[in-house]
Amino acid sequence: MTDKELKLKSVFLRKNLLKYIYKAKAGHTGGSLSCVDILNVLYNRVLNVDPSNFKNPNRDRYIQSKGHCVEALFVTLSDRGFFPESDLETLCQYQSHYIGHPTKKVNGVEQNTGALGHGLPICVGEAIAAKLDKKEHRIFTLLGDGELPEGSNWEAFLSASHYKLDNLYAILDNNKQQITGSNQEVMNTDSLRDKLEAFGWSVREVDGHNLADLDEALNNGPFEAGKPNFIIAHTIKGKGISYMERVLKWHHGVPSPEQYDLALSELDATEALI
Amino acid sequence: MELDKIVEKDLKMGSANQEIFAKTLESLAATDKSIIVVTSDSRGSGKLVPFGQKFPEQIVEVGIAEQNLVGVAAGLASAGKKSFAISPACFLTARALEQIKNDVAYSDNPVKLVGISAGVSYGALGTTHHSLHDFAVLRAINNMIIVAPADNFETEQAVLLAAKLEQPIYLRFGKKPMPFLSEENQEFEFGKGRIIRKGNNLTIIANGETVYPAWQAAKALEEKHGVSAKVISMHTIKPLDTALLDELAAEGKPIITVEEQMVNGGLGEACASYLFQKGARNRFHIIGIPDEYTVTGSQGEIFNHYGISRDGILAQAETLLK
Repeated sequence: MTDKELKLKSVFLRKNLLKYIYKAKAGHTGGSLSCVDILNVLYNRVLNVDPSNFKNPNRDRYIQSKGHCVEALFVTLSDRGFFPESDLETLCQYQSHYIGHPTKKVNGVEQNTGALGHGLPICVGEAIAAKLDKKEHRIFTLLGDGELPEGSNWEAFLSASHYKLDNLYAILDNNKQQITGSNQEVMNTDSLRDKLEAFGWSVREVDGHNLADLDEALNNGPFEAGKPNFIIAHTIKGKGISYMERVLKWHHGVPSPEQYDLALSELDATEALI
Repeated sequence: MELDKIVEKDLKMGSANQEIFAKTLESLAATDKSIIVVTSDSRGSGKLVPFGQKFPEQIVEVGIAEQNLVGVAAGLASAGKKSFAISPACFLTARALEQIKNDVAYSDNPVKLVGISAGVSYGALGTTHHSLHDFAVLRAINNMIIVAPADNFETEQAVLLAAKLEQPIYLRFGKKPMPFLSEENQEFEFGKGRIIRKGNNLTIIANGETVYPAWQAAKALEEKHGVSAKVISMHTIKPLDTALLDELAAEGKPIITVEEQMVNGGLGEACASYLFQKGARNRFHIIGIPDEYTVTGSQGEIFNHYGISRDGILAQAETLLK
């Protein structure tokens, strides 16, 4: 996939996740838009995963700790061939496995997530197992900045550096907002880089909407031998839709028909410029 | 040895069940390198210091961090390891309950959760260190086998079976040495209650460390009143042995359940719920820790206080048989 195709893919994924949120009349719109570029790069440039042989023990692992942004994950997985896109017509419907958080009933999903602060400890276990077995695959997780106050994350931060898990990559979708307000208002996690470095992690900061930067960071680990990798991806909640960007109500807002049409026309305009 | 005939002084004394757990796991780990023990500064109380010395590559220490303990164990299990997450039952099943619910049970990662020093094993340390809720909370979680072995035989069998199991399980052990309440070559399987003493006037259903006083009470009933009491080790609380309960319902004799657990939602209520919905008419009584501020004392003193004892069970049987 060329760089241009990858950029076009980001627009396509944004259109698709809005389409299914609009149809289901439910979804975490703002956060899905902030993390979808990360997912695009992961699934199209980074992860060694095979939709037809997902259970290959040597695959890279991706566990989405911020499970509520499942729409971004689902459209990315269906685009990569893990399941037909038509399955998403059932999103959040009775007896569908395409629910508001990732479940292993869906091909391509590693763990059932949704409660926050759970992804990283599981990844630590996966990363220890890979080290014990002398395997080369890598373990990735996507954290939301709103879930950082969960104590389990800090337990896992300690253990990841204790066990020198340089095969572990925690990516923070740092859109700086959560349901109640800004992270700074709700629970200040400032000086995060210092905190993580003090916990023994190797930290890099990237523009979470710059596909080339994400590609470069995620494909050039470990950043330091013997240290777990932390990528602070600076993002914008609602990225790509002018009236959604940084506007809190789009945390799980669903667009009206007019808003939906406007969003698509904005994405068409973005596409035309690529 | 025939348990129906044997007298108390001839019972063979064993070790604490959690010691047998550690020894059994040690013997398995020597040949099965996929066994990984995860501890939260709990290897001493879990009797796993020798395990750590013999198999340093097979023990993962997470420090006092139970949420991470269970999350890490889930990740290890997901990667194909036979992970045993070991912590005092009070912390494991309370502090890490959400990890048990989501990362183990819901995500179907076959972790073996091992609650040590369970119930009121840490008697005098108080309520912070008691696990009187674990049966109830874990019964309310789908995809979880719950086992509280009575003696060293059941413990060894349970550990051997758990190691082969590809499903989440909770094993609950105490730290008091237990006598053998098993005859030779008995069968053991999860979900199948073990009749450790035959009888036809009354049945005592117990599990874990309460099976022993249940057996003592049955002996006393025979000696004192000529009453023949059946004793069942219902080591598996979930799935419950409903076929065995059907037999008890058909017999129609009084039933006493005994557990080292708060009575709300434990073994007794599990049995009562099944029997009542089946239309059983047996007289029925649950012995356990009542819903109150737990009395202070050693495990034995707490047991005596609440009638989880030979005399307490005997008195209850006398009432039911009136």
